[in-house]
Amino acid sequence: MTSALERAKFEYALRLADSNLILAQRLTAWCGHGPALEEDMATANVGLDLLGQARLWYGYAVELEGRGRTEDDLAYLRDAPAWRNLLIVEQPNGNYGDTIARQFLYDTWHQLLVAGLARSRDVRMAEIAVKSEKEVAYHVRRSADMMIRLGDGTDQSRTIMQAALARLWPFTGEMFAEDEVDLLLIESGVIPAAGTLADSWRHDVEQVLERATLAVPRSGWMQSGGKSGRHTEHLGHLLTEMQFLQRAYPGAQW
Amino acid sequence: MVSGLAPARLEAHSGERPEPVLPPGIEPDADALEIWRALATVADPELPMLSILDLGIVRSVERQLDGDNAWQVTITPTYSGCPAIDAITEAIHAALASIGARCRTRSILSPAWTTDWMSPGGRARLVQAGIAAPGSSPVGLVAAGSARVNASALAGDARRRVVACPRCGSLRTTLLSQFGSTACKALHRCDDCLEPFDEFKQH
Repeated sequence: MTSALERAKFEYALRLADSNLILAQRLTAWCGHGPALEEDMATANVGLDLLGQARLWYGYAVELEGRGRTEDDLAYLRDAPAWRNLLIVEQPNGNYGDTIARQFLYDTWHQLLVAGLARSRDVRMAEIAVKSEKEVAYHVRRSADMMIRLGDGTDQSRTIMQAALARLWPFTGEMFAEDEVDLLLIESGVIPAAGTLADSWRHDVEQVLERATLAVPRSGWMQSGGKSGRHTEHLGHLLTEMQFLQRAYPGAQW
Repeated sequence: MVSGLAPARLEAHSGERPEPVLPPGIEPDADALEIWRALATVADPELPMLSILDLGIVRSVERQLDGDNAWQVTITPTYSGCPAIDAITEAIHAALASIGARCRTRSILSPAWTTDWMSPGGRARLVQAGIAAPGSSPVGLVAAGSARVNASALAGDARRRVVACPRCGSLRTTLLSQFGSTACKALHRCDDCLEPFDEFKQH
């Protein structure tokens, strides 16, 4: 890995891998605990898709890095400050409404992002994005449908969804924040400009929330830091569980 | 988990030698055709009524001229997180070993797999097994055992798409969940015969 562009691509691939893996880990915690069998299966299947996509991004990241690290090294042998995922994905599952709202906000962003990345000048990134695009289309269809069903449901379900949106909203700004890695890749035609994604995201989210009879939270303070390794306290707890085996039995093979 | 499974072989095809369904544009010589025939016996672990050729996940078979004369089998995953891919890879090695051929497998992402590559025979066997085939449309009524597929009717929004019941052929069906027993399926219910059923999603 020599050029600044390659280093930026590595960093970016790592961010997407980490966001997908952490969200997959969160979702699979619902397996066997979902509120209905259909939802249990849907949540686990979305988690499985995201895990598969994370592996594709890790696979590219370790190639770009070229230091002999493997995807498992990245998943199991890094402590919280080395993780580059968005803060929203590490937020606790909470009640099922929290999980659905987190998924909807993420899926809507993820769909727009992979659609943009499908036109990347980086062939490998475009390939991974095209592969992901079909899967994410089902994710967003399902989470938007659940937002509408729960928002436009009972008074209680609407109250729960509105509270979930209020809790998660401050973590959405980070999706569209641009740092030097993003700027270099945007300039090089590798990734789409965050500004155009932000407008489309807001439009898509507002349309669904309107049908869900939910109010769009007022924009205010936006929390960021995940992309540079400054995480909320929740990530460390998640990692202790996800990385337990490799921490307790270093080098253990399945 | 999957690595401990015995290699899956297509039961429906045992005892006969079906002509393998090849991707368009592939014209194998006699030796390569034997490899394709062996691959036609490898079943998908989650959909054992389909061979990996019915699914369209084998993209090419090439003889390697260097070294050990192994065959290179290029496959593409259906879904990026598909847990069956390891079992499929092992089954490919076993199927080729059974005809004395060595092979290496290679996985590619592009072009991305699509259900358009699923064979007509595979679609019919899905419906026979009670799973609506991708592309079941209101135009081509899908009744048990007689799958007719009209992909062009699918161009519209999936929400408005009618998925015919694979058991009774009724077009009055309700989508219960975008995700069924596996990531590649959605769950529906027939409003006439009242049976729930899986649909292999258009992808």
